[in-house]
Amino acid sequence: MKVNGKAMVFGDNVNTDEIIPARYLNSSDPDELAQHLMEDICIGFGQRRNLKGSMIVAGENFGCGSSREHAPAAIQAAGITCVIAKSFARIFLRNSINIGLPVVELDEDFGFEEDDQIEVDLDTGRVTNLTQKKECSFRPYPPDLQEIITAGGWLEYVKEKKDTAISEYFQEIAQFIYKSENIRF
Amino acid sequence: MNRGMTLSEKILAVKAGRTHVEPDDFLLVEVDLALANDITAPMAIEKFMEAGGTRVHDPDQIALVPDHFVPNKDIKSAEQVQILRKFVKSQGIRKFFEVGRAGIEHVMLPEEGIVKSGDLVVGADSHTCTYGALGAFATGVGSTDIAGVFLTGKAWLRVPKSISVRITGSFLPYVSGKDLILKLISILGTGGGNYKALEFSGPGIENISMEGRMTIANMAVESGAKVGLFPVDEVTVAYEKDRNIEAAGIGPDREASFCRTVELSLDELKPQVAYPHSPANGRDIDEAEKERIAVHQAVIGSCTNGRIEDLRAAADVLQGRKVHPEVRCLIIPGSQRVYAQALKEGLLETFIASECAVSTPTCGPCLGGHMGILGEGEIAVSTTNRNFVGRMGHKGSKVFLASPAVAAASAVAGRIIHPEHV
Repeated sequence: MKVNGKAMVFGDNVNTDEIIPARYLNSSDPDELAQHLMEDICIGFGQRRNLKGSMIVAGENFGCGSSREHAPAAIQAAGITCVIAKSFARIFLRNSINIGLPVVELDEDFGFEEDDQIEVDLDTGRVTNLTQKKECSFRPYPPDLQEIITAGGWLEYVKEKKDTAISEYFQEIAQFIYKSENIRF
Repeated sequence: MNRGMTLSEKILAVKAGRTHVEPDDFLLVEVDLALANDITAPMAIEKFMEAGGTRVHDPDQIALVPDHFVPNKDIKSAEQVQILRKFVKSQGIRKFFEVGRAGIEHVMLPEEGIVKSGDLVVGADSHTCTYGALGAFATGVGSTDIAGVFLTGKAWLRVPKSISVRITGSFLPYVSGKDLILKLISILGTGGGNYKALEFSGPGIENISMEGRMTIANMAVESGAKVGLFPVDEVTVAYEKDRNIEAAGIGPDREASFCRTVELSLDELKPQVAYPHSPANGRDIDEAEKERIAVHQAVIGSCTNGRIEDLRAAADVLQGRKVHPEVRCLIIPGSQRVYAQALKEGLLETFIASECAVSTPTCGPCLGGHMGILGEGEIAVSTTNRNFVGRMGHKGSKVFLASPAVAAASAVAGRIIHPEHV
């Protein structure tokens, strides 16, 4: 699976209150939440017309703070295709995979600039900056994890695979090597 | 021979039906309790339905606590709780705690003996790690994970590496668990505990009450940690005995291995203040006091510091004094039990005489929900857990995190101050 998008660059420690302020959490509707994405740190972000088909590129510890799944859900609903960060906070990473939002941990300083056109190949583990004509690689997700993302999330995957395949999935993910030093669910 | 296991590894091994686990092992674990609140449960219920769920795996494994936007602040939040009510009724879930019968989830669930030592708890709330104080492996997850427990009774977890936090000494006057955890987070940073377990040990922990331990474990997540675990000791046994629970006979191996050790001496610990906009910006109070930081609001409560010991500490400082004319001081008991106890001990009278506003239990202002939102340019000293941009209201407001004693003293002085200097 390949995803494309124009880079929107953020710094370190972008927290879930910044991604979606708690005052809007009286709704669980991802489309409604998407309207308020990043609004306390970037006025009018949720109203930008070019969010669909863009990518978030951030620094360390993206998504720290609360467990609100509303954060990756709002990012996904805004049409943002992928989040690339140097590292992710644990619950945010888990939630993203569970709902099928592609997240890529890239610890290399890749020099992303605003509006760079990026392509991520989740199968081969390759990030291409088409604007700067640069490439770098990350360990791809194991096949089952890619399937979860492709299926649209954990529960959708469970539905498709039924119970027998779930245990296989767990065995498979136990072999999960993608940045395994740094990822804990 | 297998290496020794930490307490996290011991609990996870039991819940995965294994004799031994190693960091990075991937486990499918039996969950003792899955919890969600009025913000996260509606999404979990929706996911459960979408996945074709009809009956939950085990209704007694689930606790739902409306506590964030309650008593409901608006029509939308009222409708969120309606989703919970309908679900618990149709699924026969008994651990559902309405306004007036409960309080903040992480205050009331241990208080009622619903979480216990040795349990494995997942909660769609990042501060689920509070129960590590009891020696329970408790961690925050998302709504989809909770829907997964509704469907299967299980959750997927990876075994974290553990950081050993070794504590010696005893607290000086006006120093408490909040100061210890703010200090620790300032050492670790907001990502220093990411994907890891914090395990507390050392001769100093016997000097920390169960309530202090809950404050400490509660904020483990602010370093990114998956859990903040205390061993089961005499303090735990006594707390659980009061609730007719026999404490779990589980503890770390003596030769357990840790990826890092942090040593903290309580004897030298001063009250801490975490500056905006990160819980890791903790500094000794002397520094804040010198800067004469004026505050507009003091908030004493939350899942971090809304327990009876916290209210006693605040009342001790407020006794016979009045809140500064330019400050609003909000006191929010964490549960109905805490509220009743505070009433019985005369603490509420002290608060009212000091001109504090006393509220019913709610998460309310901590997350900028309601009941004390900050306007542009306003500064709060708060016993809550996060001081991110816009956390308690306007993005141009600021939050300084501190203990109940410091918040109470600052409410009186009108600026951040050591309780000894009021």
